Amino acid sequence: MEIPYTVEARPDTGLPNGKLGIWLFLASEVMLFGALFSSYILLRVGAVEWPHGELSVVLGTVNTIILIGSSVTMVMAWASLKMNNWGRHRLFLGLTLLLALVFLINKYFEYAEHLGKGEGPGHSTFLAIYFTLTGLHGLHIVGGMIVMAYFLGPGAKMWKTNPEQFANRIEYTGLYWHFVDLVWIFLFPVLYLL
Amino acid sequence: MHEDVGKNVKRYIAVFVALMVGTLATVGAAQLQLAVAATITVALLIAIFKGSLVAGVFMHLADERNAIYAALILTAILFAGLILLPVLAYLDRVKY
Repeated sequence: MEIPYTVEARPDTGLPNGKLGIWLFLASEVMLFGALFSSYILLRVGAVEWPHGELSVVLGTVNTIILIGSSVTMVMAWASLKMNNWGRHRLFLGLTLLLALVFLINKYFEYAEHLGKGEGPGHSTFLAIYFTLTGLHGLHIVGGMIVMAYFLGPGAKMWKTNPEQFANRIEYTGLYWHFVDLVWIFLFPVLYLL
Repeated sequence: MHEDVGKNVKRYIAVFVALMVGTLATVGAAQLQLAVAATITVALLIAIFKGSLVAGVFMHLADERNAIYAALILTAILFAGLILLPVLAYLDRVKY
């Protein structure tokens, strides 16, 4: 059975099914992170005092720059496909995967420093919401990395059989990845600076 | 198609630079030791600006179909409700 509207737009929505699907998924993700941001606000306004300077602003800033950089390489990976430049697509997608890995390594050092001092999620309300928000965000990074690795590996062969559908798949991967970046854009000031 | 994508590449680079400037501005504003309310307002306004750039340009939301806008408007309304909940809880707290 062939899945319909993978490349051509569905008449009633004007979109390929995959594109509407990824946006609906992202809408559900907005609600997931929204609930946690809502919890953060409730915990913070209800707290007698809220710690400042618990996290490394330098490491947080570096990770922000890394994730923004990975968003640019991701969109360039898609744009390269649209310009029929397979080599540049592979380069940019590989760079995105590498930057995601560097982000996670930095996060590992951050987590290790806290956990090494016995400051786990049970240590304070701030660290509880910090580990919850960044842990969930980190899982999203891992999910994105798995998808990117697939399209760099076995999934890449679709470029030869159905290049338009492959370009769409990379676009949807990019939409997800930019959303992960978008969440971090709000997590960074909320957790590291305010 | 190639020319359109080529033009967009220049836009992606411009947005990248704007996001970097926004990130440094957020960090800089936090070091200014402003009042808490002012610090939060400035940081969130910059974050909203940066988020709009990512959504509008990288995610191509500035030029999308109505079906996506409809789904996102509903999401935005529900998201606003979620954020409003702790505000209502704060306003309804017991005052000693």
